[in-house]
Amino acid sequence: MSSNAITIPDTETQARPWVDELHLWVTTVDHKRLGILYILSALLFLAIGGVEALIIRVQLMRSHNDFVSPEVFNRMFTMHGTTMIFFVAMPILFGFANYLVPLMIGARDMAFPRLNAFSFWLSFLGALLLYFSFIGGSGLYGAGSAPDVGWWAYAPLGARAFSPGHSSDYWTLSLLVSGFGSIGTAINIIATILCLRCPGMKMSRMPLLAWLNLVMAGMVLLAITPLSAAQIMLLIDRYLGGHFFDTQAGGSAVLWMHFFWIFGHPEVYVLIIPCFAFMSEIIPVFSRKPIFGYPVMVAATVCIAFVSMSVWAHHMFTVGMNSYANSFFTLTTMAVGVPTGIKIFNWIGTMWGGRIQFKTPMLFSIGFLFQFLIAGLTGIMMAASPFDWQLSLSYFVVAHFHYVIVGGILFALFGAFYYWYPKMTGRMLSERLGKWHFWLFLIGFHMTFDVMHIPGILGMPRRIYTYEPGRGWDTLNFIVTIGAFIQAVAILVFLANLVISYFKGARAGNDPWDAWTLEWSISSPPPAYNFAIVPTVASRRPLWDLKHPEDPDSRYE
Amino acid sequence: MSTLRKSSTVRVLAQTISLFVWSTVMGWASEPKGLSSPGTNIFAPASTPAKSIADLSIFVLVITGIIFVVVFTLLAYSVVKFRARAGDVGREPAQVYGSTQIELAWTIIPILIVVVMFLATARVIHAIQDAPELEGAVEVTAIGHQFWWEFRYPKLGIVTANELHIPVSEPNHPTPTFLQLLSADTDHSFWVPELAGKTDLIPNHPNRMWMDPQRTGVFLGQCAQYCGTQHAKMLLRVSVDAPGDFAAWVRSQQGLAVEDQGAAAGKRVFESNACMNCHTVAGTVADGRFGPDLTHLMSRSTIAAGAANNTHDNLRLWIQDPSRIKPGSLMPAMQLSDPDLDAVVHYMETLH
Repeated sequence: MSSNAITIPDTETQARPWVDELHLWVTTVDHKRLGILYILSALLFLAIGGVEALIIRVQLMRSHNDFVSPEVFNRMFTMHGTTMIFFVAMPILFGFANYLVPLMIGARDMAFPRLNAFSFWLSFLGALLLYFSFIGGSGLYGAGSAPDVGWWAYAPLGARAFSPGHSSDYWTLSLLVSGFGSIGTAINIIATILCLRCPGMKMSRMPLLAWLNLVMAGMVLLAITPLSAAQIMLLIDRYLGGHFFDTQAGGSAVLWMHFFWIFGHPEVYVLIIPCFAFMSEIIPVFSRKPIFGYPVMVAATVCIAFVSMSVWAHHMFTVGMNSYANSFFTLTTMAVGVPTGIKIFNWIGTMWGGRIQFKTPMLFSIGFLFQFLIAGLTGIMMAASPFDWQLSLSYFVVAHFHYVIVGGILFALFGAFYYWYPKMTGRMLSERLGKWHFWLFLIGFHMTFDVMHIPGILGMPRRIYTYEPGRGWDTLNFIVTIGAFIQAVAILVFLANLVISYFKGARAGNDPWDAWTLEWSISSPPPAYNFAIVPTVASRRPLWDLKHPEDPDSRYE
Repeated sequence: MSTLRKSSTVRVLAQTISLFVWSTVMGWASEPKGLSSPGTNIFAPASTPAKSIADLSIFVLVITGIIFVVVFTLLAYSVVKFRARAGDVGREPAQVYGSTQIELAWTIIPILIVVVMFLATARVIHAIQDAPELEGAVEVTAIGHQFWWEFRYPKLGIVTANELHIPVSEPNHPTPTFLQLLSADTDHSFWVPELAGKTDLIPNHPNRMWMDPQRTGVFLGQCAQYCGTQHAKMLLRVSVDAPGDFAAWVRSQQGLAVEDQGAAAGKRVFESNACMNCHTVAGTVADGRFGPDLTHLMSRSTIAAGAANNTHDNLRLWIQDPSRIKPGSLMPAMQLSDPDLDAVVHYMETLH
């Protein structure tokens, strides 16, 4: 075990000219630094995507509002969606995976450190390409710059006939380039987990975080490749005279939808599975119990991965598939609820009989459980395809997937920030600001996204820049907008907490949460190459064994 | 006893949900609105497909509602009951690793629920999608354009735009309407929530949907699939007419454009400018297909796909500069002189 691990003298904390420091960050191949780079760039784009969301919300605050033109509005929701999925959610989760996976499996770095750096910079270049479109692109007829075809860019809207200029090209290239980055990272995560586990760490002893990231990485390989293929086909259509999706020349709009959603639905799980991973680490520690049903949790995750590969066309219930196809995708979509439900039950089972400490990471985790439950149930509603014929493309769907992405993924991420920030920086985040952040964000979130379901039920479609008065949508949209601003304030509190605590936070020490996985056995922040002596483990909770030699886990596993 | 408790739980839930539905309806009703302003509430169905969807929806809502209450109770109970207390410092609770029986229970019960919900759903899918077309059904071809709707009645020889007229379907004399859905450019989606679920209009991919409204009146909806700059103002009005009214409407639409000598000047402007390249006025040389058919423009209550009421001032503004009403509309500003503009508006106003 690593109890006697020597902390390598930390050369990196010595004052260095800032140019050298910057050079070090740009050229680094260290998984921890790359993880932090991923996270910082994602936070930058979170702020940008958040401002885009606020512009959308101000415009929709009342009927016939004229805060922005339809062209700008269409650009905003396209950029908001693309940014948040590809340049916030994915990179930030890759960042945590990069940072945590080697530490938790007792490895000194990722399997391919240079591929790791290459992948990050590809993904960052993708983001820059997307935002360069504001300067270098020109959109739909009369629409100026930046892509405005929606984040699915449904054919034939992305064809040159309907999207002249270059905004859609920047969108395509951006997703293509960052997609290669994602594939590189996925290969890296898989190789690291399969090959670099420390002695004693069998697959069945890996922390769930490693297991779930392994599954996530496998899904990235399967999901991103069709997206990249589709982007290449779109480029061929636009520049080499191809007709894959060019309906005016006999191409198929529905083909694009299949390509997009066979990426798009697994993508949801690519995003949520690492969040399940955070929950599976945080909930046990703050309940003071091991995860309930470890093998079942692994099995359920693998099951979700398989089933979620066969649900994509539930995004296409209104496209006019025949009744058998609609029935099939109804069944698979409902079925994916079973393993997901099992996971929720197991987290509750973990809390059951525990001694729950309501530190900020745990507050966000409980918020996650509550909101993810509701998101799952509204998902079941839309799995019933006839119900979806009404709800699809309405604000109900917008509310549903924000419930998943904000109520689920973002809450889990905030939990992860409060939990691992001490490891990354050596300082605790302020609990006081953390509680402000949590409660403000919770209130803002529910004000926005609970209420947002109702305009959908009342017939309000998504992606409209304005709406007619007298439909019963005004008051609801006004409340939604207020909630969005409350969330924005909460995010500011969070960012302030990150900055202030970096300088003034309490010293964290190696193991501030009295936790059980390997990353807490070494100093905070961990030294270069992590482990001076590679640890040997005998159970899933090596630090529990260390702290309770009279009653180690290894006796029961 | 337990059955009794369960059934009362179901009742309470059903009441809660209907209360929720009812309150949203009332929330809609209490909004300031015009006298005849109809709603777009998916829980106020007026046609068989919308009705069977709403019934299925209530069923799914009740089941998911029960699941929510059960899981939420478990979650809330464990959060409250198992919170750390002052004396707990340093003491760890019993370390429990799992339980096969419990895992089996919360695997099998959800599977059963899924089976039940799937079967109920599959019935409705089949009933709506595979419904045979009745003899005597009205057939309409709806074609989506950026950013308006073209409606063609092939059997009746009618072409109109944006405002669909269909007959009410009486139980003893059903006259459902079957729509064939096509697109001239990008993807669109036909959604009138109180009559049916939405179906997309996709180029090279003809779709079909049907409805059989049970009451007369105007039903609103709009394009639901993002189709470009003015997706938001691609509104839909479906006028469900009593059989006699529908027959009268059909007769009025079948005729050629009214020849009004008083509007000859406007007609000349219309036909000597680009107007006629895009618009049809049946019985004249104007036979463009790119924009809406104007033969019976005055029989419609709105212009610009529902973006404005069909009044003299709006019509004039629309012809003068469409972007004032609908920025991004594909109709160009024709730069007509004031006299020409007035003449064309006058001509339009004779097209009853």
